[in-house]
Amino acid sequence: MLMKKQNIVIIDYEAGNLQSVKYALERLGVNAEVSNCEKTIRQADKVIFPGVGEAAWAMKKLRETGLDQLIPQLKQPVLGICLGMQLMCARSEEGDTKGLGLFPVDALKFPAEDKVPHMGWNQIKQLKGKLFEGIKAESYVYFVHSYYVPLNAYTRAETDYIKAFSASLQKDNFYACQFHPEKSGDIGQAILKNFIKL
Amino acid sequence: MLAKRIIPCLDIKDGRTVKGINFVGLKDAGDPVELAKAYAEQGADELVFLDITATHEKRKTLLDMVEKVAKVLTIPFTVGGGISSCEDVAQILKAGADKIAINSSAVRRPELITELANRFGSQCVVVAVDARETNENWEVYLNGGRIPTGIKLIDWLKEAEKRGAGEILFTSMNHDGTKNGFANKALAEISEMINIPLIASGGAGEMRHFADAFTEGKADAALAASVFHYKEIEIPELKTFLEKNQIPVRI
Repeated sequence: MLMKKQNIVIIDYEAGNLQSVKYALERLGVNAEVSNCEKTIRQADKVIFPGVGEAAWAMKKLRETGLDQLIPQLKQPVLGICLGMQLMCARSEEGDTKGLGLFPVDALKFPAEDKVPHMGWNQIKQLKGKLFEGIKAESYVYFVHSYYVPLNAYTRAETDYIKAFSASLQKDNFYACQFHPEKSGDIGQAILKNFIKL
Repeated sequence: MLAKRIIPCLDIKDGRTVKGINFVGLKDAGDPVELAKAYAEQGADELVFLDITATHEKRKTLLDMVEKVAKVLTIPFTVGGGISSCEDVAQILKAGADKIAINSSAVRRPELITELANRFGSQCVVVAVDARETNENWEVYLNGGRIPTGIKLIDWLKEAEKRGAGEILFTSMNHDGTKNGFANKALAEISEMINIPLIASGGAGEMRHFADAFTEGKADAALAASVFHYKEIEIPELKTFLEKNQIPVRI
């Protein structure tokens, strides 16, 4: 019941499948508001920064609405998903795009040693932090991406595809998943629940 | 390790799932929302909804069905059938689908693939191809296998990838409905030629066929309909079987 009282805002910047995240939260009994309003986002208990699409285009959208300035100032827990996580990095090789700089690493293009995008269910391991409480190592979650964030000091989960890379990052109140928890079955629902409980 | 995906396909007509044998002789096989939920619970990795009559009858995919499915489903799903513009795709994605599949409309106007990839990203653009083999030549067919095009399968797949397709869903019309196994030789050739994921479709009849599609056919995912709808193959059993055969699956 406590979870229902939470005020969760999903940042709307016309990038990708916001509805899936909203539905996933509703399945956990939490209503989320989809918004690009600065005041609404600032007042939220938790903020989700989703993203599907192309990095340069997405950053352009964020700049147009001033969200690029707002997001790094947020003090409440923020969860970046997929492109959202890559935009939270210093830079992405996709369109040579400057990111929000919350994590001092770059998102790189997968070398063409195997099929790209990395699409489908893959295992996460070396799990650390509150997002992964109660989640077993080697659990499968759903990925769709062509760029990856290398392992670094802020890595909280790892996955192997072509090479080992960051499946999740965390620094202070900023959390991020390369995979889609909203599309990762029961495991994904559990990870979202952990975020809501923060 | 990246798991091989098992994808039940729900062919949709008038809001109900159906499966044809070689694209004719349709039977009602249940309610899509209930089926979708059941498949996710059984361990399906993804679902595909194809409105098989949409292109033929110029009907649009039912958006309210997509929305109902999106609300209950915790795994990704693709919607295809009757999609011919960015506007169609925007509506389907907004209703909650993760990917869309285009088939005839892309063959008729290949620029559509480019437009969709640029606007929505390659990751949500599945190019579905129906093809038939005659004298060792694979030819692309349109409208659910009704119209031959004269286009060579390999040429078309290369173009689809170049234009930004994120995934290929290949259905062999020679194998579809036969339950004699997937078109593994063709699948292997395609899988080695393209650098995007390949979904095998058409011909599943027993569990061994799925294993063969992944090993001989080098497919990244395998799709089937009737064997799942009529419970001839149960997904948990299938995945256990695949795991025993050293194929990485999500259990």
